[in-house]
Amino acid sequence: MKNPYLPYPVKIEKIVIETEDKNLKSFELLFMNDEDKKAFNYTPGQFAELSIPGHGEIPIGIASSPTEGDNLLFTINKTGVVTTALHNMSEGDIIGVRGPLGNHYPFSEMEGKDIVIIGGGFAFTTLRSTIAYMLNEKNRKRFGNITVIYGARTPGMLLYKDQLEEWSKRDDIDMNVTVDREASGWTGKVGFVPAVTEEVAPKADNGIALICGPPIMIKFTLPVMKKLGFSAEQTITSLENRMKCGIGICGRCNIGPEYVCKDGPVFKMAQLEDMPGEY
Amino acid sequence: MQNRTDKIKEIAKRLLDEEKVDLVLGHRKGTIPLKNTPGFAYNKDEVEELLWDGNCRSNLATFLPRLKDKRIAVVAQGCVSRNIVGLIIEKQIPRENLYIIGVPCIGMLDPNILREKVSGEILETKEDETKIILKGSGFEISVEREDVLRNNCKLCLHRNPTLFDELVVDEVREQNVSGRYDDITALENKTSEERTTYFDELLSSCIRCYACRDACPLCYCPVCFVDESNPQWCGKSTDPRDVLNYHILRAFHCAGRCTECGACEDACPMDIKVRMLTRKIEKDIQENYDGYEAGMSLDAEPPLATFKPNDPQSFIK
Amino acid sequence: MAEMILEKQDMAAFTAEINKGYELFGPVKNGKQLEIARVNEVSDMVLEGYRNTDMSPKNLFFPQSEEMMAFKKYGDDANIYKDSLKEIAPRVIFGIRPCDAKAFSVLDQIFKNDQFIDNYWFSKREKSVMIGLGCNMPCSTCFCTSVNSHPFGETGLDVLATDLDNRYLLKTLTKKGEDILSGVSCLKVANDDDLSSAKSLSEKAVSEISGNLELKNIDKKSVLDLFNADFWERVQEPCLNCGTCTYVCPTCHCFDIQDEVFKDEGIRVRNWDSCMSWLFTIHGSGHNPRPGKKERVRQRFMHKFKYIPIKRDGEIGCVGCGRCIRMCPVNIDVREVVKLMNS
Repeated sequence: MKNPYLPYPVKIEKIVIETEDKNLKSFELLFMNDEDKKAFNYTPGQFAELSIPGHGEIPIGIASSPTEGDNLLFTINKTGVVTTALHNMSEGDIIGVRGPLGNHYPFSEMEGKDIVIIGGGFAFTTLRSTIAYMLNEKNRKRFGNITVIYGARTPGMLLYKDQLEEWSKRDDIDMNVTVDREASGWTGKVGFVPAVTEEVAPKADNGIALICGPPIMIKFTLPVMKKLGFSAEQTITSLENRMKCGIGICGRCNIGPEYVCKDGPVFKMAQLEDMPGEY
Repeated sequence: MQNRTDKIKEIAKRLLDEEKVDLVLGHRKGTIPLKNTPGFAYNKDEVEELLWDGNCRSNLATFLPRLKDKRIAVVAQGCVSRNIVGLIIEKQIPRENLYIIGVPCIGMLDPNILREKVSGEILETKEDETKIILKGSGFEISVEREDVLRNNCKLCLHRNPTLFDELVVDEVREQNVSGRYDDITALENKTSEERTTYFDELLSSCIRCYACRDACPLCYCPVCFVDESNPQWCGKSTDPRDVLNYHILRAFHCAGRCTECGACEDACPMDIKVRMLTRKIEKDIQENYDGYEAGMSLDAEPPLATFKPNDPQSFIK
Repeated sequence: MAEMILEKQDMAAFTAEINKGYELFGPVKNGKQLEIARVNEVSDMVLEGYRNTDMSPKNLFFPQSEEMMAFKKYGDDANIYKDSLKEIAPRVIFGIRPCDAKAFSVLDQIFKNDQFIDNYWFSKREKSVMIGLGCNMPCSTCFCTSVNSHPFGETGLDVLATDLDNRYLLKTLTKKGEDILSGVSCLKVANDDDLSSAKSLSEKAVSEISGNLELKNIDKKSVLDLFNADFWERVQEPCLNCGTCTYVCPTCHCFDIQDEVFKDEGIRVRNWDSCMSWLFTIHGSGHNPRPGKKERVRQRFMHKFKYIPIKRDGEIGCVGCGRCIRMCPVNIDVREVVKLMNS
């Protein structure tokens, strides 16, 4: 059996600086071995461990969709030792990838439902993957209406600006991109994510909401979802605890009996209600 | 011992009754022989559990910085009172929130020495000022207290508290200790290679649980250097260089502050004599800074926290 | 399953016979510490009067620091991790205590799950034949019988040895056990007297283990009821948040993974880690889901007595060896905590 701790070598094909503060960069990774590429079957919501030799490993949500081709996309916020090392790397450099890890958004349950996607800040990564996946021509008809609410502090802090632009031109998705306060040149929505959600979200009857963002955004969005009639079963989020092994063994990321890395990172709010709040 | 226990309880009850303190921090009987546990007494029932005997090895000063928002009465023998003085000087705890119940001390027992005296498991102990009785299945023996004291207690020069609000018994006579640093001098006389071998062996069984650090009242840094990740000063494995790095740096951080309370060695699950490092440094401090000893007075100026133009500079070569 | 007799005087002959192709491990002194380690001379084994090793023997399969992979910084395969997993020589481990063997079987369930298997653990496990030694003299800190274990427990062992004063009764429990004993010439078939002495030793040992703990209510209470209980505030008070309990524990298995570089080469190494440390859970943002001592102390007990039973079909993450009771610098006694959890 394959050693699940062993990263596959990948080459950094492309680096994009996403935000004006230059703290967020997207890395497009190319598999160096065909068999690794074939083995890497992922579904949006999953993550991978990125290895920077000599610096360590970090779990990062996969921002690309399997419908977009073989390369993997990761968007990385510069916060610690490993992310800083990665930010200092160049196109053509070799790093390691291990995965896909964790569970994914429940697409089979989401079939036929109106989907509300709510994201804030740089937690939009696996939501990007999800949107790209659902908008794929083979998948689009499996789902009802798709409404996206995505917020950032300033226009310059929005991720994937070209992609957002492209999606907003489509008529099979309702894009609501918002920034916290007025900014010169910004013609889109202004306001915090919870308020915009309350304004644009569809009826809860046949809906499922995916929410990812900073804790403060989630804290104020959950009451709005409740008000809109979304039950804890219909509200889904993705957690980020500190991880090491990523395969449900090393015991670091657990919340009660659940391992965020293996039983998650995607959880229904209904599950989280029965779990200690250690996240 | 009983008179100390009784008086601690009496003072504790009075302080709680008069609402002078929120909490009395003392020692409680543990669940196994030769082991006590820190006792946090908030009421009369909990005060009843407090005691004083030869197993009060935890240094209660260690808990004080974390409790600084509370008014606390703390039970302190010589070494612990000196650590309290140190913590006040280093501005980790406010004097006005503390009531120090001073205990003139006659030394703590070394469980390892006691275990070596018998062949089975010790199930029960009794002690008075001079004798310790050990009982187990098939044996009952009596040993002299002075033979089974911890090494730091045998070498102790300050059994009486240096800072207190009340003493539980009259002061005890301080010990005449000769050859206090004989073992350190012997170590100094070795070659550098011999010393390296000595310390490598000394620390070879370290499991890096950091109990020595966490039991130490000097180790209150919010982030210890071994826990720093950016930059990471010290590797996390059991590589002997990293283990040595940890112990040496920790010992240096204790320079001029250590009171020889022995909490580090008592906490060590591997029975490592980590005081061989701290004692060497204390010896140097005494030799270089006019016999300075930590925690003797609130007015003292810790030598490594103050600069004087005539400070020794022999290390600059 | 056969039951054989090994005369103690034949110990050297016995180990010489089973030694072929196997490395012998047993309880030996390393300085002041008693540990299960490679035996050089059979007479080095401390089999008389010993209770248990000071540290748990988990390092046999899960070393405190273990190289997982290696990489080079320069050259054609620069920055590509290569597996460092080495096949170990087959081992016979003689004299392990049933509680510790039971702990290995608990950890067997942790080091694999429905998707992944940890070869660093299992490659060593599979190469080891475990000859356990029943406990004639349990310690006052032992409570194995309260936590699905037993002084003469057989779980996790291939052979169980019972010390009958001048001889060992060897009971084979698995195919591996049978294989290792088959053809060993110095063994005799045990007689009824041997079997009945072993039985009475076992009964005596059980009767000597004091203080039966109840865990039933822990099972009945919800995770959140236990998690939010008031008593954690008091349990944590004396805790120093050192890692002693986790490091001496035979079932504590949490680890950290680190890269270490020296000159042009690097390794990825895993080290024991401890949930008692604030570093264990802190996020890159500085947010810590277990910010204080209380949360960390609670995690360790909840993990063993609630979370593992939920996830592993009622298995308990504690085998009652009592090491944490003996070693905790401030005498936080797991038995007292379990009583609070069960109350």
